[in-house]
Amino acid sequence: MELSRIRNFSIIAHIDHGKSTLSDRILEITGAVESRDMREQYLDSMDLERERGITIKAQNVRVPWRDHVFHLIDTPGHVDFGYEVSRSLAACEGVVLVVDAAQGIEAQTLANCYLALEHDLEIVAALNKIDLPAADPDRYAMEIETVLGIPAEDILRISAKTGEGIPELLDAVIDKIPAPTGNIDAPLQALIFDSQFDQYRGVVSSVRVVNGKMRAGSKLRFMQAGADHEAIEIGKRAPATTPVDELGPGEVGYLIAGIKDVGDARSGETVTTASHGSTEALPGYRDPKPMVFSGLFPIDGDDFETLRESIEKLKLNDASITYTPESSGALGFGFRCGFLGLLHMEIVKERLEREFGLALIATAPSVQYRVHRTDGELVVVDNPADLPEAQKIDFIEEPYFRVNIITPKEYTGPLMDLCQTRRGEMQKMEYLSPERVELHYEIPLAEVVVDFFDQLKSRTQGYASLDYELSGYRRSNLAKVDLLLNGIAADAFSTIVHRDKAFDYGRRMCEKLKELIPRQMFDVPIQAAIGGKVISRETVKARRKDVTAKCYGGDISRKRKLLEKQKEGKKKMKSIGRVEVPGDVFISALKLDD
Amino acid sequence: MTSADQPFGVYVHVPFCASKCDYCAFATWTDRHHLVDVYLDALEIDIARAVAAGMPLATTVFVGGGTPTLVPPERLGAVIRSIPVTGDAEISVECNPDDVTHDLLEHYGDAGVNRVSIGVQSMVGHVLGTLGRRHDQRNVASAVEAVRSVGLPTFNLDIIYGAAGESQDDWEHTVRSVLEFDPPHVSAYALTVEAGTPLAGQVDRHPDDDDQADKYEVVDTLMTAAGLENYEVSNWARPGHECRHNLLYWRQQDYLGFGCASHSHRDGRRWWNVRTPERYVDLVRAGAATESAGETLDTDTRRMEGLQLAVRLRDGVSPEVFAPHDLDELLRGGLLRRDHDRVVLTRTGRLMANAVSMRLR
Ligand SMILES: Nc1nc2c(ncn2[C@@H]2O[C@H](COP(=O)(O)OP(=O)(O)O)[C@@H](O)[C@H]2O)c(=O)[nH]1
Ligand SMILES: C[S@@+](CC[C@H](N)C(=O)[O-])C[C@H]1O[C@@H](n2cnc3c(N)ncnc32)[C@H](O)[C@@H]1O
Ligand code: SF4
Repeated sequence: MELSRIRNFSIIAHIDHGKSTLSDRILEITGAVESRDMREQYLDSMDLERERGITIKAQNVRVPWRDHVFHLIDTPGHVDFGYEVSRSLAACEGVVLVVDAAQGIEAQTLANCYLALEHDLEIVAALNKIDLPAADPDRYAMEIETVLGIPAEDILRISAKTGEGIPELLDAVIDKIPAPTGNIDAPLQALIFDSQFDQYRGVVSSVRVVNGKMRAGSKLRFMQAGADHEAIEIGKRAPATTPVDELGPGEVGYLIAGIKDVGDARSGETVTTASHGSTEALPGYRDPKPMVFSGLFPIDGDDFETLRESIEKLKLNDASITYTPESSGALGFGFRCGFLGLLHMEIVKERLEREFGLALIATAPSVQYRVHRTDGELVVVDNPADLPEAQKIDFIEEPYFRVNIITPKEYTGPLMDLCQTRRGEMQKMEYLSPERVELHYEIPLAEVVVDFFDQLKSRTQGYASLDYELSGYRRSNLAKVDLLLNGIAADAFSTIVHRDKAFDYGRRMCEKLKELIPRQMFDVPIQAAIGGKVISRETVKARRKDVTAKCYGGDISRKRKLLEKQKEGKKKMKSIGRVEVPGDVFISALKLDD
Repeated sequence: MTSADQPFGVYVHVPFCASKCDYCAFATWTDRHHLVDVYLDALEIDIARAVAAGMPLATTVFVGGGTPTLVPPERLGAVIRSIPVTGDAEISVECNPDDVTHDLLEHYGDAGVNRVSIGVQSMVGHVLGTLGRRHDQRNVASAVEAVRSVGLPTFNLDIIYGAAGESQDDWEHTVRSVLEFDPPHVSAYALTVEAGTPLAGQVDRHPDDDDQADKYEVVDTLMTAAGLENYEVSNWARPGHECRHNLLYWRQQDYLGFGCASHSHRDGRRWWNVRTPERYVDLVRAGAATESAGETLDTDTRRMEGLQLAVRLRDGVSPEVFAPHDLDELLRGGLLRRDHDRVVLTRTGRLMANAVSMRLR
C-alpha cells in the first residue's frame, strides 16, 4: 500500500453529538457496507455500550474513498477511559472533530482535542446536525475558533443524518490530514492500540504498523511484555474481517497471536519481529492506573470461586482491572478491585452480574491514600479497613484531580457551590464565548468519585461537561468514619472523609441507612463513629407484623411455600451484627445527595 | 380404625356467594346458582364413594365456603348426614349473618350441626361498606339470638381488622360489640391482600402493618380480659370451646375435603381438588378422580411444616427447635417466652410468627 494514499484518523465527539451516526454514514457513503447490511451504529456493538450510549472499547475499520484508504479509528467516549483515547490517537495522523451545531463544544471533547494537538495531529472540524432548526453553526464555529484556533470559515457544516456535507468532509480528510510516514525497509514497529478477548480466537488486537512489515505466520516480539508470539492471523476490517498476508507502514489492521489474556497485549504495546527486530519501543506506553477501589463481594458466600473465575475472565478483556482477595467481617470473602473510574466500576460490576449470573455487593468506592506513619514509613491504603490506628498516623495525603468544567454561564454559581462543597479550589475561570465558561478546579479525587458527575448534570440540567486528570497528592486532615449496626462495625461502610465533613457525613449515612435497612425483628441502632466515639445515631424501629393471619386446611401448603420463599429471600441478605441488609443497600447508601 | 385420640376431619366446600367481597380469594362464584342442585348431588355421590372405600368416622366436620347458608338447608343437611361421624363429633357450618334464622339453624341442628361460625367482619357500618359486605351489623344480634334460641352448644364470630378507613376506635368498637354477645369463640383476622383480588390492585386501600399490629394488641387485650384465651395466632376461645377442626389442621392430622377447591391431607400427602364447580360435578359424574394436584412432603419438609404450624399454637414448641443463640435472642427480644419445658410466642411474637419461623431448625 502506497503511504500517500492512506489516511488514519479518529472521530472526536461528545456523547450524542453524532459520532456513531457519522460513522454509519461514512461506511454507507464509501460503500464499505451495503446499505441493506447497515446495522444502525455499526461500530458500537457491545450491548452495555449501546444501553449507556457510550463507547468503551475502540474499534477500527478500513474504508475506501477516491483512490485512498481511510482507517477510521474509534475512541472511547468517557473520561474514565482517557488513556485508551490517547492510545488510539497515537495510531492516527489526524482527527475529525464533530461538534453538535446546537450545543457547542464540551469539556471532554476539548480535552481530547488538546490531546490530539499534543500528538501533533491535524484537526478537521465539523459542526454536525445543521439540519436541526436549533442549529447555530456560526455561533459555535466562532467558539471553536476561540478555544482551538481553527479559523471559523474552515469549519465544515454537516448533517450525519441526511448525509449533507459528508463527501466534502471526506475530501477534507484527504486534503488536510497528512499521509503516514514510515520506512518499509526498517525493522518492524507496530503499535497495539486496543485488544479484545474473543471466546473463539483469543485476543484480537488492533495494530498500527509504523515501520517495516508485519507478516502472517511470522514470529513476533511483544516488547514491553517481553514475550514472543506467532502471528497466527493478520488482517483488515473493511469492516468485515479479511485476512491478509502482510500489513505495511501506515496500515491499520488486526492481529491474532494466540494470546489468552489482554494483559499480555496491552494498548501501547510495541510489536516487532522476534529476529532482527527493532530495538526501540514506540513511545507512550504506560499501565493504565486504577483510580477508584472497591470491594466486590458475592451476596451468596458460596459464589466466591465463581466470582474469582469471572473476574479472571473479564480481565482477559480489560487489563485495567486490578484485583486482590479481601475478607470483610461484614461481607465475608471477596475481592478488592481497582477501576479507572466510577463508570468503569459500575460497568464491571454490571457485566459480572449479567454475564456470569452473580449477585454482588460493591463497597464504598475509595481512592488511594498515602499514609505517613509516625515511624516514618509510607503505606498506600485503598481500603479504609487497612488504615493504621489513629495514633500511628503522622499525616495522610490524598490524590487531587485537575477538573475542567465547561458550562453555560448561568450555571456558574451552582457549579461553584458544588465544587466548594467538594473542597475544590478554583484555579481559573475563562470565557470561551459570551455564553460559555470554562472552570478550572483542583478537587480531591475522593470528592469526585462520589456522585460528582450526577450532581454536575442535575445542577446544570445536563448542560455542563467535565474532564479531569490526576494532578498530584496533597496533605489533608482526614478521618475514618465507621458505621455500626447493632453495635457491630460494618466494615463495608467505613469511609475516609475530611474531618470537617465527618460529622455531616456520619449523620447523613445514619439517616440514609435508617431509610434503606428494612425493619427487623428488633430495634436496630445505627451509629456513626470516629475511632470509637459515636458522632451520630438513628434507630430502625422493630418490625411489628410479619405473620400469616389465616391458616386453614387449604392455606397450609401455601403458607409453607411462602415461608420457603421468605427463607430464600433471606439468603439474598447479608447479615451484619445480626441485622439483615439487602445487597443493594450498600450501593444506594453511597449515593448521598447533597 | 379411627378413634377420638386419632382425629379425622371432613371439609365440605360450598362455592356460592350472593356477592363477591373484593378482598376474597376463595373459590366461590356469584353467577353459578343454577349449579347448586347438581353440585349438592355430586357432593353426596362423592361422599358415598369415599364411605364405601372405607372413610373413617369423622371426629370433626366443617362446612365452609363460599356461603353455605345460601343453599337450601334441608339439602345441605342431607349432605352432612351422609358423613359418618363419631358420637362426640364437632360439626360446624360457616354462616353469613343475614341468612341465619331460627328456621335455618333448626334444619342444621337436625343434621347434627353443633357449631356455627358467623362472618361478622365488622360492627361499624362504613367499615362493612368498604369491605363490600352487604349485611347490616344489626343482623348480627338477631343471628346470635337465633343461635341461642336453637340451643347450639357453641359458636364463633369472625372479624377482620385493617380495612381502609377503619380507625382504631372503629376497631375497638367492633371488638367490644362482638364481646357483648358473649361469644365462646372469636377469630380476628388481619385483612390480607390476596394476589389476584380487586383489593390487590388498589394499593391505597392496602392495610398498614403498624396499624394492624396496634389493632391486634387491642383485640388480644380485650379478648383476654373477657376470658377468651388466645390459642392460635388469630383465634380466641373460652376453655373447651376451641375449634377442634382447625386444631386438626394445625396439628398436621388427617382430613378429606369434598367439593371443588377443597384440600385433603392423609398419610403425609396433601392434595387439592379441581377449582371450579363445573369440573368437579363433571368428574364426579364420570366417576373420575377430582384431584387437581398434590404433593408428598419429604420427612424434613414435613417436620419443618409441623413446627411452623405448632409455633403458632398456645402449646408452643420445644426450645431445641431453635439454635441456642436464636433462642436467646428471641427470648431476650420478647418474642418468645418459656412455659415449663416449652417456648411459646408472646403477643409481640405472634405478630412476628413468620419471622420467628425463619429461625426454626
Ligand atoms: N437531526 C440530526 N440528528 C442527528 C444527526 N447526527 C446524529 N443525530 C442524532 O443525535 C443522536 C446522537 O447521535 P449518535 O450518533 O448516537 O451520537 P454519539 O453518541 O456521538 O455516537 C441520535 O439520536 C442521532 O439520530 C444529524 O446530523 N442531524
Ligand atoms: C372463607 S370465608 C367464608 C365465610 C363467609 N363467606 C364470610 O365471608 O363471612 C371465612 C373467613 O375468612 C376471612 N377472610 C376472607 N378473606 C380474607 C382476607 N383476604 N383477609 C383476611 N381474612 C379473610 C373472613 O373473616 C371470613 O369470615
Ligand atoms: S362472602 Fe365470604 S366467601 Fe363469599 S366472597 Fe365474601 S368473603 Fe368470600
